[in-house]
Amino acid sequence: MNEVLFIVVIALVKGVGLLFLVILPLVSYTVYAERKVGAYIQDRVGPNRVGLPMTLLGFKKDIPLWGLVQPFADVFKLLLKEDFTPAHVNKVYYWLAPACAMAPSIMALAVVPFGSTLLGQPMVIANANIGILWVFAVSSLGVYGIVLAGWSSNSKYPFLGGIRSSSQMISYELSLALSVIPIFLICGTLNLPAIVKYQIEHGWLISPIWIKGVSLVPLRFDFQEVLHSFDLLKLILWIPLIISFVVFTVSMFAETNRLPFDLPESETELVGGYHTEYSSMKFALFFLGEYAAMIVGSSVIVTLFFGGWHIPLLPPTIAEPYSFWGIVLGLAHIAAFFAKVAVLLFLFIWVRFTFPRFRYDQLMKLGWYFFIEIALVNVFLAAFIIAIVPK
Amino acid sequence: MAYTVDRPKLSFSEKIYLPAVLIGLGVTIRHFFTILTGKKKVTMQYPEEKWDAHLPPHYRGAPTLVKDEHGKERCVACQLCEFICPPRAITIHPGEIPQNDRWRKVEKYPEKFEIDMIRCIYCGLCEEVCPEQAIFLRKDYAITGLTRAEMVHDKQKLYELGGVMTGLVYKWNEKK
Repeated sequence: MNEVLFIVVIALVKGVGLLFLVILPLVSYTVYAERKVGAYIQDRVGPNRVGLPMTLLGFKKDIPLWGLVQPFADVFKLLLKEDFTPAHVNKVYYWLAPACAMAPSIMALAVVPFGSTLLGQPMVIANANIGILWVFAVSSLGVYGIVLAGWSSNSKYPFLGGIRSSSQMISYELSLALSVIPIFLICGTLNLPAIVKYQIEHGWLISPIWIKGVSLVPLRFDFQEVLHSFDLLKLILWIPLIISFVVFTVSMFAETNRLPFDLPESETELVGGYHTEYSSMKFALFFLGEYAAMIVGSSVIVTLFFGGWHIPLLPPTIAEPYSFWGIVLGLAHIAAFFAKVAVLLFLFIWVRFTFPRFRYDQLMKLGWYFFIEIALVNVFLAAFIIAIVPK
Repeated sequence: MAYTVDRPKLSFSEKIYLPAVLIGLGVTIRHFFTILTGKKKVTMQYPEEKWDAHLPPHYRGAPTLVKDEHGKERCVACQLCEFICPPRAITIHPGEIPQNDRWRKVEKYPEKFEIDMIRCIYCGLCEEVCPEQAIFLRKDYAITGLTRAEMVHDKQKLYELGGVMTGLVYKWNEKK
C-alpha cells in the first residue's frame, strides 16, 4: 500500500512540478520571445518597458529589465478584463471549449521524458509503452476545443474558424502519424524513454554519422572505436529520417495552428477565428493552449529526432544518483532537454515571422497530395533499407 | 471573352518550395541579428531620446505669441487669426490702449488671448495670416494636460512658450 502511495505521490510531484515550474513559465516566456523575436525580425524593439515597478514602492525610477516582466503584466491584464459571455452562445460548450483547448496539450506531456533521473527517479511522468500513440491520441483531442468554441459561439466567423480547424487537423494528423513510423521501424518501440535510450546508444536520429568512443567526462578518446564508429546503415537511414523530420515538423506546424497554417484564426479573414467571441481568461486559455501545444510539439520533435535529454560527450547515467554530481547531471539533462525545446520554439517563431499564410486549397493540397504520399513512401523506403542493408 | 493569364514556368527548385523557404528564413534571421547585435538602430526610444535637435526650422508645433527684443507685445488684437482658425481654437478679447500711452497709435491690444490646444490642429494659418508677426508656431509638440481647462493656453502661457523673436519688422516704430 505504501509503495502505491509513494508512486502516486512521486508522479504527482513530477507532474505538478513540471507543469507549474517549467511548462507554464515556459508558455508565458514563449509569448514574450515571440513578441521580442518577431519585433527584431521586423526591425522593431518589442516589449522593453515592463520591469520592476519601483515607482509603486516610492522610488524614483522603474527598472525596465528588457521587458522581462511583460508576461506577468499580460496575465494581470487578462485577469482584470471583463469575462463577458454573449447572450447568443451555447453556454455549456462555450465554457467547456477553453478547457478543451488547453488540457490535451498539457496531458500529452505525460509520456515525454524530460530528463534522465533525478534522485533515482526517472524524469518521465508516465513511462508508458504506448508512448507516442498517447501523444497523438491526446493532442488530436485539442481540435475539440476549437470546434466547440467555433460552434458554440453561434456566430459566423468563429464557425468558419472551427470548420477550417477541424478539416486542417484531421488532414495533418495522418501525415503526422505516418511520418514518424520509420523511427519506430528503426528503434522497434513506441516507448519514448526507450527511443531516447536508443539514440544515446546509436546516435541522434537527425544526424547521419555518430562518433563513438569519445567522451569528456570521463575524459576518453579511443581512436580504434572512433574509426569503427562509421555505420553504413545509419548513413543510409538518414535519408528517410530527414524526410520524416521535415514532414513531421511541417505537419506539427499545421497541427498546432501556427503560421503559415494558422487558417482557423486568420485575423485578416475571420476577425479572430474560433476565439472571436471570447474575452478575458477564457481567451487567454486558447492563447496559452496554442503555446502549450507548440511546446509539446517541440518536446516530441526533440525526443524523436534530437536525442531527448541526452548531452553528447557526457555520460547518460551516473553510478550514485544521490551524490552532488548525480543531482547536477540530472538537472543538466533536464536543462538540456528544455534548451533543445527552446531552440525548436525559436524555429516556430522564426518561421511565423517569415512566411505568409497558405490559402485554404493550398493547405489541403499540401496535406493530401504531398505529405501523406511522401510519408507513406518514406515508410516503405525505411523498411526496405532496414531489410536490405546489412548491420 | 476569356482572358488567359500567362503563368510563369516554374523550375523544379521553385516547385518544391523548400529552397525559397530557406532563402526566406535567411532574410529574416539576418534582420534578427542586425537588430539584436545593435548593428542597425531603427527605433528612437521616445521619452528618453527625443528628436528635438533634428526638428526642421519650418516645424509646426504649438502656436505661441512672441515679443520682440524691446519687450513689446506684438499682437494688436486684429482678430484675423481668430477668423482664419479652421477649428476655431482662438479666442481674443481686444482692449483699448489709453491715449497717454507711448504706443497709442496701435489702438488695440489683446486683453484676453486664448488658444484651446484640444481644438488646435497645428495648421499654421494663424501664423500665415498675422500682419504683425505676432503669432508663431514654435517647436513644442508634447502639449498635454490632465483637465480641459489646463489645455487652454492663456496669454501668459502663450508668451511663456513664445519667448522673444528677433529680426522682425518694426512697423510701429515711433519714428514713423
